[in-house]
Amino acid sequence: MALTGRTVSWWVRLLWPCPVAAPRGPPVWLPTGLEACQRFYSSRDKEKIDMSAYPAESIRNFSIIAHVDHGKSTLADRLLEITGTIAKTDRNKQVLDKLQVERERGITVKAQSASLFYNFKGVNYLLNLIDTPGHVDFSYEVSRSLSACQGVLLVVDANEGIQAQTVANFYLAFEAQLAIIPVVNKIDLKNADPERVEKQIEKLFDIPVNECIRISAKQGTNIEKVLEKVIEKIPPPQFNTTDPLKALVFDSTFDHYRGVIANIAIFGGEIQKGHKIVSAHTNKRYEVNEVGILTPNEQPTHKLERRRGMYPVDQTEYNNLKSALERLTLNDSSVTIHRDSSLALGAGWRLGFLGLLHMEVFNQRLEQEYNTSVILTAPTVPYKAVLSSAKLIKEYGNSEITIINPAQFPDKHSVSEYLEPTVLGTIVTPQEYIRKIIVLCQDRRAVQKEMLYIDEHRVMLKYLFPLNEIVVDFYDALKSLSSGYASFDYEDAGYQPADLIKMDILINGNPIEELATIIHNDKAYATGKFLCERLKDTIPRQLFEIAIQAAIGKKIIARETLKAYRKNVVAKCYGGDITRRMKLLKRQAEGKRLMRKIGNVEVPRDAFIRVLKRQPEK
Amino acid sequence: MAVRGLRAALGAMAVRGLRAALGAVRPRGTGCAAGLRSASKPSEPGPEPAGPVTAALYVHWPYCRKHCSYCSFNKYVVPAVDEAAVRACLVRETQTLLRLGHVQSVTSVFFGGGTPSLAAPHTIAAVLEAAAEVAHLPAGAEVTLEANPSSADPARLAGFRAAGVNRLSLGVQSLDDAELRLLGREHTAAEARAAAEAARKLFPGRVSLDLIFGLPGQSREAWARGLEAALGLCDDHLALYQLTLERGTALEAQVRRGVLPEPPEDLLADLYLSARATLAAAGFHQYEVSNFARKGARSTHNLSYWRAEQYVGVGPGAHGRFVPWGEGGRLREARVQTPHPDTWMREVRSCGHGTRRRAALSPLELLQEVLALGLRTDEGVTQQRWGLFSPRLSLEAAFGASGEARELQERGWLRLNGRALRCTPAGLPLLDSLLPALLCQLRRRWNAVEEEDGGGRGSR
Repeated sequence: MALTGRTVSWWVRLLWPCPVAAPRGPPVWLPTGLEACQRFYSSRDKEKIDMSAYPAESIRNFSIIAHVDHGKSTLADRLLEITGTIAKTDRNKQVLDKLQVERERGITVKAQSASLFYNFKGVNYLLNLIDTPGHVDFSYEVSRSLSACQGVLLVVDANEGIQAQTVANFYLAFEAQLAIIPVVNKIDLKNADPERVEKQIEKLFDIPVNECIRISAKQGTNIEKVLEKVIEKIPPPQFNTTDPLKALVFDSTFDHYRGVIANIAIFGGEIQKGHKIVSAHTNKRYEVNEVGILTPNEQPTHKLERRRGMYPVDQTEYNNLKSALERLTLNDSSVTIHRDSSLALGAGWRLGFLGLLHMEVFNQRLEQEYNTSVILTAPTVPYKAVLSSAKLIKEYGNSEITIINPAQFPDKHSVSEYLEPTVLGTIVTPQEYIRKIIVLCQDRRAVQKEMLYIDEHRVMLKYLFPLNEIVVDFYDALKSLSSGYASFDYEDAGYQPADLIKMDILINGNPIEELATIIHNDKAYATGKFLCERLKDTIPRQLFEIAIQAAIGKKIIARETLKAYRKNVVAKCYGGDITRRMKLLKRQAEGKRLMRKIGNVEVPRDAFIRVLKRQPEK
Repeated sequence: MAVRGLRAALGAMAVRGLRAALGAVRPRGTGCAAGLRSASKPSEPGPEPAGPVTAALYVHWPYCRKHCSYCSFNKYVVPAVDEAAVRACLVRETQTLLRLGHVQSVTSVFFGGGTPSLAAPHTIAAVLEAAAEVAHLPAGAEVTLEANPSSADPARLAGFRAAGVNRLSLGVQSLDDAELRLLGREHTAAEARAAAEAARKLFPGRVSLDLIFGLPGQSREAWARGLEAALGLCDDHLALYQLTLERGTALEAQVRRGVLPEPPEDLLADLYLSARATLAAAGFHQYEVSNFARKGARSTHNLSYWRAEQYVGVGPGAHGRFVPWGEGGRLREARVQTPHPDTWMREVRSCGHGTRRRAALSPLELLQEVLALGLRTDEGVTQQRWGLFSPRLSLEAAFGASGEARELQERGWLRLNGRALRCTPAGLPLLDSLLPALLCQLRRRWNAVEEEDGGGRGSR
């Protein structure tokens, strides 16, 4: 995501049909002038907007970045109101949060965009705002959005001060060489301490105290000041309409009627309906069917053609889900997909997420936007192995392989070392929780890298974590032991050598392929015990004793025993209740066909699902 | 004789196939006659039963004085029972249904409930007389009445004996006052003893005591004591029921909410197995999962259920299993009478009976019942009985050779020999875990035989 620079970017909406049937040939660029290309409508009065009134020097592209709940979406609402982009009402809450999941959870998941029109000192400006997600899991969206900007508003809560994600976001913007405008929000709160927060900003980010703008987004205090600073401090994009078209697709969605819609930032040239364009990545050709801007909802210039049946909805659930996944990943390119199949769960996909919230949100979007539901298994992380066996290296064509499925875990005799993904985690916490947090981090095999008091009471800790130790419940644990005060963010820190082993789960001595796990040696015992206990609760008692064991190679490290039935017969059976009784027996007989036999043990299909599934929140 | 009747019924099945095997719900109101004919076409007279038709008769008395905390039966606690009206309806329905089944001989009668000992002896007499009017009721036929110790004083019991009752099933349940209170019984242990003694005087050798075990909090010792006390009191028949926590009962709700502890499975097994040993030592023979008898005092009526013989159910909510020859039926039907007494009475008055649901049993369904019920008994499913219901798929063909039954035999839970297929004493307590596998195997083999026949039988 390093393609920022100072470029023009304004928002056009591109209808993206299937590859055009036109004969293939070199792409044709149409270097027409800006004024000739599109007609735009504002959201309020549907008047034509003359884009030629906005030369590059009166355009600003910016983002708002902040820790979760520091008021980013509220500030966006105020900016939209003050520029007349949306009507001012009490109901403007999270206007840019279009997804149902965002409104329900009060978070921003997808970066959304809006174009604002603002007159400052007699000049009309076009201010393009991209709202960004606040949660650590969605920093991918943040960086993708930032690559289309020249500056950011860094919002910090005047009460909570700098949090883990404030730090992470600051560095994202800093490394992208963007202009950074610090904004101290929520100054209306009783416990607000903007001075302390400004000092933190100075200490950590080296931004002079007097550059901070104190606002209350909720009450609308000082919002004009923010707009003025945006115009003054953020440079206009560099842009030449006579260049060939060069654009970045920073977001894309699937519309049931209209097909694929890409949100793009233009770095050079121009685009209009009818243009034939080529994706530099895939080398596929597309025809532009429609162009528009986001204010904040798309404003079409022409009536759209219906594109029903572009993705025919198949009858089987598998295909439904497949198509839902395809559409949703179009809109969330941070999700990686591998087809996979498991004996227990059938055909499915192994999806790569950025974090747990990301996974939950993705699942919720699948349900809400595509009416599909899926089984979520416990998350795993991709491990690597450095091969030492010449034969294997030849077989894989590489000395380093990625292991996604435990079944492919190579034996340690043919491996020089195993590697696990790690992250550099940032924790910001009031000092009274430090001791507990250090214990928690040690328990998660984390190595401390830095500890810094950002003021008299707050500490920033940096730890190198194995990814698999934080992927499930670290965040919840941190929040609960700090009464919610500690914040957490992380960034990729590459792979590190680790003492990894493959743990098998056996039922009466027979290994269950789908429950095999790659795990750190130190955690094997506890995890093995946990899995055995959980299996014991999900397998029904049978006519003989069942041993459920966790094993590393030939060594058994945990065992649970499911005792045999000693009595299972209904007490009263006379003339009266035979029909009901027979129905039950026949259902059980039918159910036997759905059981999976492991050795002579019958295991219900959903036993594995229940074991593999994430634990419900306590 | 029952045997010949069944053979004829099965012969008819072979001709009519599965056409009538679909269940029919009888419309309410006045359409009873039409509804009753819906399962078969009277215009196509089929063969009549080849020999005399026999059936057991079950009569349901739906009223109780009090709800017991564990009971989910079809029973009603009402301020006053219009007994004359109920009696008239029981009499009328008995005659209608016995006629409908072309029943020539009633093999046994059982008055259950509810609390049938609350009925007047002359109500019992009226039903027996009504049965004897339309069918033969042999003098020695077993006539059992379920009695509650709180309505079993000597005078009352004598009245029942005079009415024709010759066997008493006494709902003692426990001989411990605290346990009786937990069960919501309205009698004390002392009253139970008095009732048992009175009953034995009037029905010597023909009294059965019911006991419940596996009560929340019941220890092994408490059950052993209770069983010893019962052995000192009982006659030649005992029924021991593990408490079933039925949904909708007060006891089940208390256990579900954690007010009372749920007895652990291992403890329940211990209680059952130790009771079996105790009773065996006292000379009792276990002839069914929950029934024990000495000196041959088995209940013929209950045995007829487990042997899958015909029975006619009379009274609110009563179940029946018989071929309705009287309206052209050729397949045995599972029949249920209307549960609510007032509605049932209205229906009996207007139609002669209050049958609410009837479903014809397919030959395979009937065979599944034969298997599931028969395996509950010590005699098991005999070759002879199986042959009556399954002339073309023998017991060996269904359960011999390799398969589920063979595996269960090898584990020592099942036995198949020239006489019968039955559970071993070790297998009987596990029957409900054995049956699904056996039913799977039966269905598979049955379908294989059907396919050999070309599958054309049902469409003819």
